Amino acid sequence: MSIQITIDGQPVAAEEGHNLVDVAAENGVYIPTLCYLKGHPCLGTCRVCSVRVNGHVAAACSVPVADGMQVEVETTELADMRKALIEFLFSEGNHNCPSCEKSGRCDLQATGYEVGMMVSRFPYRFPVRERAVVADHIWLERDRCIFCQRCVEFIRDRKTDQKIFSIKGRGSTAQIEINTELANAMPPEQVREAADICPVGCILEKGVGFNDPIGQRKFEIQSVRERALGDKKK
Amino acid sequence: MSRKLVIDPVTRIEGHGKVTIQLDDSNRVTDARLHVVEFRGFEKLIQGHPYWEAPMLLQRICGICFVSHHLCGAKALDDMVGVGLGSGIDMLPTPEKIRRLGHYAQQLQSHVTAYFYLVVPEMLFGMDAPPEQRNVLGLVEQNPALVKRVVALRKWGQELIKAVLGKRMHGISSIPGGVSKNLSAEERDRFLLGEEGLLSIDEVIEYAQDGLNLFYDFHEKHREQVDSFAVVPSLDMCLVNDEGNVDYYHGKIRILDENKNIVREFDYHDYLEHFSEATEEWSYMKFPFLKQLGREKGSVRVGPLARMNVTKSLPTPLAQAALEKFHDYTGGRSNSMTLHTNWARAIEIIHSAELIKELLNDPDLQNEQLLMTPAENDWTGEGIGVVEAPRGTLLHHYQANKEGAITFANLIVSTTQNNSVINRTVQSVAEDYISGKAEITEGMMNAIEVGIRAYDPCLSCATHALGQMPLAVSLFDAEGNVVDEQRR
Repeated sequence: MSIQITIDGQPVAAEEGHNLVDVAAENGVYIPTLCYLKGHPCLGTCRVCSVRVNGHVAAACSVPVADGMQVEVETTELADMRKALIEFLFSEGNHNCPSCEKSGRCDLQATGYEVGMMVSRFPYRFPVRERAVVADHIWLERDRCIFCQRCVEFIRDRKTDQKIFSIKGRGSTAQIEINTELANAMPPEQVREAADICPVGCILEKGVGFNDPIGQRKFEIQSVRERALGDKKK
Repeated sequence: MSRKLVIDPVTRIEGHGKVTIQLDDSNRVTDARLHVVEFRGFEKLIQGHPYWEAPMLLQRICGICFVSHHLCGAKALDDMVGVGLGSGIDMLPTPEKIRRLGHYAQQLQSHVTAYFYLVVPEMLFGMDAPPEQRNVLGLVEQNPALVKRVVALRKWGQELIKAVLGKRMHGISSIPGGVSKNLSAEERDRFLLGEEGLLSIDEVIEYAQDGLNLFYDFHEKHREQVDSFAVVPSLDMCLVNDEGNVDYYHGKIRILDENKNIVREFDYHDYLEHFSEATEEWSYMKFPFLKQLGREKGSVRVGPLARMNVTKSLPTPLAQAALEKFHDYTGGRSNSMTLHTNWARAIEIIHSAELIKELLNDPDLQNEQLLMTPAENDWTGEGIGVVEAPRGTLLHHYQANKEGAITFANLIVSTTQNNSVINRTVQSVAEDYISGKAEITEGMMNAIEVGIRAYDPCLSCATHALGQMPLAVSLFDAEGNVVDEQRR
């Protein structure tokens, strides 16, 4: 059913129940995201898409639009809140862009650039995280994990639908795990899909990297904003 | 009363170092040392990282010769995955030529920086000139046309590095088994023909010739000083091809004595059979030496002077003509005159430019075949890469476990190889310029640094330190009390 909402005071027509991130993008309004993948169920783990809906802060990826909804996106306060969330993710792990294979193709790095992050306002935690390297074709560089859970939910064993990745533990001791047996049964294209779906450089395809020349990497060809908005960009 | 003279830090080099000179009661030099006082530890921090990230991370050791580190690491990875020269499997022509192109571009820009920005001020103004004049700003005032040319020359090298590696600094091009990108015809034409704000290759060669002529003029006017300053005999080492000519990208290691007799020649994969390293408590920089000859006799000199001593000829015409003059000057013996390193460096600037011109005219650079993919069972888990970096022979050695994690890394960088010979140079200059003198002058301090600067040492690479360097000289009495101090 067609409804009407407002985004930053502008009336916007939408289909009821559609995802707010998608509705905004279709109308030329960019909402940064990290865990959200268009066409997949909402994960709501990173909160980077925080906006104000009818006066309350909410993760836009978790909001189905409803008639009369009033959405604020591009306010100074909200922009700073989203930037703080990105900074928090950088502080919380160990992110070393200069030598990371994912540089130029990394959602976190690209979104950091997009929101204008120069440095983190939070102290760096420098957690000690061991790598998981025993799978035949997948290398888990846990320092870079942001616990988005894309891999957990969307990369499953093709025969049994079992999860291949999981999060073990809670809070500061949480870590991404891999089921080695299932991982070793992944066909090459699924290994590649897992590496691609990871918004950081945590899931790496062993022995593969730096194949795209500088200047021709994913977010150098098209920024994260341009990718989100497609031909709707303002 | 014995005294200790300290130059801390040494200026116009890359990295942190200091010099101490010990004087006896008669103000005669009893000992002189270059201390490297910083530590970075890249060999340790790379352990555990995925092997394919090693050349990207380890090139960050240096902001000057990162292409050399990148290539050296890439060659080590070629070995590790079982493809490329070290494995006896020839790499495809295009990736090797692309790698060489980036390498020569870096040699050009690095040598231009060292020669014109760091060395030429003394050549034009003299070692005793006031420090406020004896620098690149002094050059701007005295010879703005020269400085404009130098800036253009360096920019050209940097732009070519960017075209090959994607960035002017810390770019990425080489991956195991090849490169990720060729050079398009449009990119090639920019460098061949030039454009607004960018020289053509012929202008680059012309400006490079000017640099050599600058040395000839300086030599003509100050022959005695240039020829007698820190004459330090040493073994000379570099990579050579089958003809016995220097090859900056690949070859076997050749070591010559003062009479140009071959002392050692070996495949660089066997370096551990030939070389050992000594350490001193007063420096973070190691002292490599040939095991069989021992530390005193077995240290080698690397870099431009060593290469021009070792190479029989150079395959490009202008550089070959300059080399013949260089060889004739010492009548067939090796050249041990420290300031002639700048002569050798000026020849190498021309040689790099000529090599680049040859490559730019090679249609292989536009070829699309860029990568060889080895079979999984070709994996060796170990790799060694050696290249001739601007400052000399550079070695990266990695081992990785079956999961692909780096378990061991050893970097022997050019300046480390030169450690002993630089220390002998410091001692030589101290004896000539300071021994027996009661008062330290600024010119004396600078003479020591001129000796060190001839090697264009990169202490950042050698010990993994970096920074900006003011200069302090202190006089200590035998009890360690400061009796005199000068700072700049």
